[in-house]
Amino acid sequence: MSPGTLTVYRWELRKLRYQKRTYLGLGLAVAVPIIFVTAISFRHGGPHDVAFGDYIDRSGLAVPLVILLFGAIWMFPLIAALVAGDIVASEDHNGTLKTILTRSLDRGQVFGGKALAAATYAVIAILLDGAVAIVAGCLKSGFNPLQSLSGTLVSAPKGLELVIVSLLVYLIPILAIVCIGLLLSTVTHNSAAAVVGTLMFSLLLQLIAILPGLGGLQPYLLSTQFNAWQGFLRTPTDWEPIIRAAWVCALYGLPALGAAYLVFLRRDVAGG
Amino acid sequence: MAADPPIEVRGLVKRYGEIVAVDGVDLTVQAGDVYGYLGPNGAGKTTSLRMMLGLIRPTAGNVRLFGRDPLLGVRALEGVAGFVEAPQFYPYLSGRRNLDLLAAYDGHGASGRIDQALATVELSDRAGDRVGGYSHGMRQRLGIAGALLRAPKLLLLDEPATGLDPAGMRDMRVLIRRLADEGMTVLLSSHLLPEVEELCNKVAIVRSGKIVYEGAIADLKRGAGATYRLATTDDERALAVCRAQRGLADIRIDHGYICFAADGTTAAELSQALVEAGALITMLAPETVTLENLFFSLTEGDTGGRSDGALETVPR
Ligand SMILES: Nc1ncnc2c1ncn2[C@@H]1O[C@H](COP(=O)(O)OP(=O)(O)OP(=O)(O)O)[C@@H](O)[C@H]1O
Ligand SMILES: [Mg+2]
Repeated sequence: MSPGTLTVYRWELRKLRYQKRTYLGLGLAVAVPIIFVTAISFRHGGPHDVAFGDYIDRSGLAVPLVILLFGAIWMFPLIAALVAGDIVASEDHNGTLKTILTRSLDRGQVFGGKALAAATYAVIAILLDGAVAIVAGCLKSGFNPLQSLSGTLVSAPKGLELVIVSLLVYLIPILAIVCIGLLLSTVTHNSAAAVVGTLMFSLLLQLIAILPGLGGLQPYLLSTQFNAWQGFLRTPTDWEPIIRAAWVCALYGLPALGAAYLVFLRRDVAGG
Repeated sequence: MAADPPIEVRGLVKRYGEIVAVDGVDLTVQAGDVYGYLGPNGAGKTTSLRMMLGLIRPTAGNVRLFGRDPLLGVRALEGVAGFVEAPQFYPYLSGRRNLDLLAAYDGHGASGRIDQALATVELSDRAGDRVGGYSHGMRQRLGIAGALLRAPKLLLLDEPATGLDPAGMRDMRVLIRRLADEGMTVLLSSHLLPEVEELCNKVAIVRSGKIVYEGAIADLKRGAGATYRLATTDDERALAVCRAQRGLADIRIDHGYICFAADGTTAAELSQALVEAGALITMLAPETVTLENLFFSLTEGDTGGRSDGALETVPR
């Protein structure tokens, strides 16, 4: 059988299983909802200034939504960047690019496998976080009806469905972050620089949003798209932010991905 | 139509800003050659090999491996294996896992060759350990094993014995010799002269990115002529005789001996002339030409060398 992108993909996932940083990100994704639920069990009432904050005592389904809100600031971008920023740069660090690029795989296939693996990792981390948050939340506050942002009460099964589609929509900006992480990883040849750079980028966008006079940019900032899922929590569903998230994220992610691909294809492999 | 040679390099140039790492290299490696690519540190050996393996883009010129351009895709590396500088692996995986990965990236039944390759480089018993804990010599051998997975017809090795202890060096050379005897074409970069002398049938000597000599080692040594060392009862008179004698070149005094370059017949004629002049010979000994002498004369002398095999020993 001749090797291809899927061969690289499989091996990249296998390699992730042997690396500490993999478990760092996944550990964070699992630990945060558990710590959060533990914390609210001890002090009465949640953070009141945040949407759903009042509801986390009434329905466990509000817990994953609060975590999505908080996680957008730095936790989820960090988790996504942790692997995406490392996946090319670590080959530079180990000097292994020359090892794998002199086999029977074209550079494009190697890059494709890596990009898929980085995306897979981010998706798994978010879904894992969501699953833990749902379970922990329901253990604490029960599988109860959820109050939507429009004030209507949604039945628990319907609420669970909304939480799940919210998680899925949340993956859109996460994947854009993965693309940016891949670009920095490819360009900087340095894992730490790429991870920190991706995080800085995400934080800077949030700063731009609060700068006076630049508020008009807000709908088009990548950071804003982390809130698109709230469209599902309105009755009727507000599709506008969701559709905008799709194309705004594509505008951030695809050029970054394309640039990373081209750089990887053409770059000199001189180190190592 | 003759088959395409394993390596054909034409006008290869690689520039890094001001530095010209490789400066117009032409070379052809024929099937069955064990080709030595010899040069001092910074001569551009590794850079040349990187271009041959398609790892970096030439500034000018081109490389063909069995007629195919490595820049146009990885198909050019079919039947080709090797590494530049120290081979590198994933430190958190075992030696065998690393080979598993490489074999998967090779396809074409490479995974069936893993055990054999590990046995060949005598790493079978350590294959389960993480590469992070391997010594330099073990990594070097794992590099060879990785190359053998591809069942190559052409092997490119960049200073494979560097950093090995004497036993490791000997094993490495024995292995390369064996692979060559099995019919593999080998390009071997080195700054170790005995290594090239022992293994290679052809050599290119490279200095500052330029090839200053290319040809058979035998020609290189023959072309240089032998040098002799002479001591007599009257060296002053002997020196005058030497200067008058036809066929002697590069006459000089070195460590109290008269040294000169000549062929055997001329040396014999000289001995007669010396006796006739009353300078009796206490010693007349040929010095074997080492590649080392040639190497230094070629790589450090201002004039460089000529590529027709008729080399002069440039005094330093
Ligand atoms: N990536 C790079 N960037 C800048 N200069 C480089 C780069 N790679 C090589 N050079 C320069 O090119 C020249 C040739 O280097 P190269 O590594 O090819 O030499 P070498 O013959 O392999 O030497 P050695 O015997 O030390 O391995 C050196 O002057 C080196 O500094
Ligand atoms: Mg080198």
